[in-house]
Amino acid sequence: MTFLRRFFIRLSHLATGWSADQRLQDEIAEHLAFQTEENLRAGMSPAEARRQATLKLGAAQAIREHHHAEHSIPLIENLLFDLRYAVRMLLRSPGFSFIAIATMALGIGATTAIYSVIDATLLHPLPYPSPAQLVRVVDDLPGVGAQGVGISVPEWRDLESSGIFQSAAITGTGANVNLTGSAQPLRLSFKQVTPNYFAVLGVAAQLGRTFDPHDATPGYNLEVVISDGLWRREFGADAHILGKALRLDNDLYHVVGVMPRGFRDQGSTSDEQNVELWLGAGFAGVPFPPPQRDSRLRSRAVLARLRPGLSVAAAQGRLDALVASLKKQYPAEYPAQTAWTVRLIPLSESVVGSVRQSLILLFGAVGLVLLISCVNVANLLLARASLRGREIAVRQALGAQRTRLIRQFLAESLLLFLLGGIAGIGILFGTGHFLLRLIPESLPHLNDISINWGVLAFALAVSVAAGTVFGLAPAWLMSRFDLIGTLRQEGRGSSGSRERSRARQILVTSELALSLVLMVASGLLLRSFWDLFQVQPGFNPDRVMAIQTWLPGPNDPTMDPYRTATQEAVLLREILRRSRTLPGVEEAAIGDEAALPLGHSQPTRLPLIREGIETMDNQAPVIDSPIVSPEYFHLLGMPLLRGRLFHDQDLEDTPQVAVINQAAARTYWPNQDPLGKRVRLHLDTRGLVSSAKPAWTTIVGVIADARTESLADAVIPQIYRSLYQRPSKDLAIFLRGQLDPGAISAQVREQIQSVDPGLPVFHAETLDEVLSDSLSVRRFSMEIVAFFAATALLLAGLGIYGTISYVVNEQRREIAVRLALGAQRGNILKMVLRRGVGLAAAGAGLGVAGALIVSHLMAGLLYGVSPTDLTTFAGVTLVLTTLALAASYIPALRAMRLDPITTLHSE
Amino acid sequence: MKEKPDVLQGTLALMVLKTLDVLGPQHGWGIARRIEQISGDLLAVNQGTLYPLLLKLEHEGSIASEWGASENNRRARFYRLTGTGRKQLQAETREWEQTAAIIARFFKVKAEDLT
Repeated sequence: MTFLRRFFIRLSHLATGWSADQRLQDEIAEHLAFQTEENLRAGMSPAEARRQATLKLGAAQAIREHHHAEHSIPLIENLLFDLRYAVRMLLRSPGFSFIAIATMALGIGATTAIYSVIDATLLHPLPYPSPAQLVRVVDDLPGVGAQGVGISVPEWRDLESSGIFQSAAITGTGANVNLTGSAQPLRLSFKQVTPNYFAVLGVAAQLGRTFDPHDATPGYNLEVVISDGLWRREFGADAHILGKALRLDNDLYHVVGVMPRGFRDQGSTSDEQNVELWLGAGFAGVPFPPPQRDSRLRSRAVLARLRPGLSVAAAQGRLDALVASLKKQYPAEYPAQTAWTVRLIPLSESVVGSVRQSLILLFGAVGLVLLISCVNVANLLLARASLRGREIAVRQALGAQRTRLIRQFLAESLLLFLLGGIAGIGILFGTGHFLLRLIPESLPHLNDISINWGVLAFALAVSVAAGTVFGLAPAWLMSRFDLIGTLRQEGRGSSGSRERSRARQILVTSELALSLVLMVASGLLLRSFWDLFQVQPGFNPDRVMAIQTWLPGPNDPTMDPYRTATQEAVLLREILRRSRTLPGVEEAAIGDEAALPLGHSQPTRLPLIREGIETMDNQAPVIDSPIVSPEYFHLLGMPLLRGRLFHDQDLEDTPQVAVINQAAARTYWPNQDPLGKRVRLHLDTRGLVSSAKPAWTTIVGVIADARTESLADAVIPQIYRSLYQRPSKDLAIFLRGQLDPGAISAQVREQIQSVDPGLPVFHAETLDEVLSDSLSVRRFSMEIVAFFAATALLLAGLGIYGTISYVVNEQRREIAVRLALGAQRGNILKMVLRRGVGLAAAGAGLGVAGALIVSHLMAGLLYGVSPTDLTTFAGVTLVLTTLALAASYIPALRAMRLDPITTLHSE
Repeated sequence: MKEKPDVLQGTLALMVLKTLDVLGPQHGWGIARRIEQISGDLLAVNQGTLYPLLLKLEHEGSIASEWGASENNRRARFYRLTGTGRKQLQAETREWEQTAAIIARFFKVKAEDLT
């Protein structure tokens, strides 16, 4: 308490400091007058009287200063002084200040930019209350190599009653639905969820209500909750929307609630987050198949909220016990060879897991850039110290304390770094709009990226921390002047400067090393990207466009005009016929969304039951199963290797046929001829209603492998079926030819809607775009890291140039003497260059060691290139050495051309 | 030459308070001279140190000050004891006497008294 009171007294003194000091001065003067008078009376001469009085009083100035020190907060006061001084010093050398501030602006601005992305994605990924309790529940069948196989309704009920969760909800993974009745049929992203979904997330509606968590309707409860965006866009924020009927895929639903403005569905991509309709369903009645323990609802995810206080690990332990007891209880449903397991994944992890590594790499890269910027500025500060040597020496001679000097230099560097930080944030604010466009759309939480208070605080903290750390060393070295030596040599070089010169060399070496690390990282990323870009995808995306449409799927199958393959085939053939008449179209084909190469977020995986091997769904491996029209393979240039492709005579009532790729043949029929083998694919939920027992499908052809799932992944097994035998709702129309991307969408819409005006047409893209989008996150990180590496290289070049120039400047007397004594100019050049090469070699050595560590850490981001790729390492080292040589050459040339007479005279 | 003893920490404040108590309002030089007279030149008060102390005491509320005119019509700042200061003086006087008494007793004790 006393301390606090004293502090406040001192603080008030800071304000009234001047008056107290003035009073002290007045009183001392008054005292002296009294004493002098007394002394005069005692018979002294006026001069002696005054002298004696002063002697008796003691050192008045010291008393004042002592009092001042005791009654002020020297730190703050000195800081103000130091800052004022620092501002003056910065203004005195505007060139230096500008370069230093610009360097820091770059470093801190870039770091803040990346941090704002990380802040939005990794640090605040979930906009729900108590997000740490939210988990995804994922079922795996590791025994047959299947992951995320979905959950059956009885299993979900087991989870609900297990006591591990507050509640657990089944959610669809997001799909499309047609909203008809407005001017254009709209394709909207919707999600079917169990009614307790919003209760699990812990979010209430802004208008109306969400679903009743205890609603036990087995099928759709015909209630719909809509997003704020849809409400404003399509319904003009109508306050009376509640109870309004919406026709979705020909079924009538009633709006019961509108979600709040900021609410976004969970999911990692903006596509998944932009769900605009939520339909409540029990997943246990029509149109869903009857709940059976072994009929897992594929492409259904489970989202659950853990009981408070239960950690994910503890919950996983209890869940494992539950799984073990269920396996014992239902041995037929859980055959041992599938090794059924259930995993809990924190929701935050499942949302950002895919980009975490890229973001951490970017943050690491930007950290290196920041470090290099700091080192560069520290270097500049040191360089300036030699210019200010005399000033510092004089101030020391006048009695300036060393700590005081250090504090002052520190204030200067802090000011520089802070100004740099502020400039960086300013630039970021100015260009943020432009920068956001560089970020790939597939990044999670793209829309949440902003420069908020947390980001600002981060930038300021970085500036202050960097300013302190990188200002302290130069300040310390600067204050260590050899007083006498410096003054005698008139500040032209001093014994203290050797130490500073060594410090500068260490700084430059580390700068070179850091930039080498960055360059290696960017080189490896560049090579990976290039390899991916050059990879033969196995299909020909040239001049191909894909345009999507969606056929409605009413809950009552009898209401569906495209219920059977035969019914749908009529529509499809008509769409194809009309599409071929469009200008420029050479070929046309149709496939489902899974057939869209690289363009679908989730592949449709179905269990593959091979005749004579598997007997049940839950024993079977899962396989990607696109559905295509016969023209598809030719249009995409996927060659047939054996057997035959589909033809127009493969119809609903003819034997079911399938085409597989080589990878499927290798994986499922090793060393056998797959032609003629029969398989059964578990049919999706709608199919099960119509045909309880799917017929055998015969494999009739094998096509060459194509990287339709991911350019980076090795080829994935695929089994293709014909659209004319297997109807599908999510369709993509593929067109090849000289197409006008701007007009084709409208032309196709016109043709499709002249067949069925209720069908929406959306997402017209060229396959080249799809291909390039699939690499967007990789391209983004590669471009950013390459930009950082280039910056680092530039800074390192400037650093080495500055250091060698400095060394030459320090040694110009020595060089002049050598020249006067007859040294060859070539030798002088060599002497200086040797310095540069020495620095470069040390930097490269350290850098290669660092780069080896970093490249192994980022191995997961590389494709087709080894982390120790010799070409990259050698190339980068060569570039860096060349740069170092070039940067040293200019000062070396200057040293060589030194005129000994002028130099020696001027000393 | 023997150094004059330094004023014990804190005793100068007590001396100032006592001086003001005895003499009534006084200006700084008057206080300094008074202390010098009483201590009989045995105490080296660096007169300058008095003024920061006066400021401090005033800040703590033990004394108050105002401008006035001295006997030879010089403008001077006069210090006087406040109520708080008087109480403080009494308390510190008691404390000092106690301390002095204890120390005195220690000096009086001879070796044989302890056996």
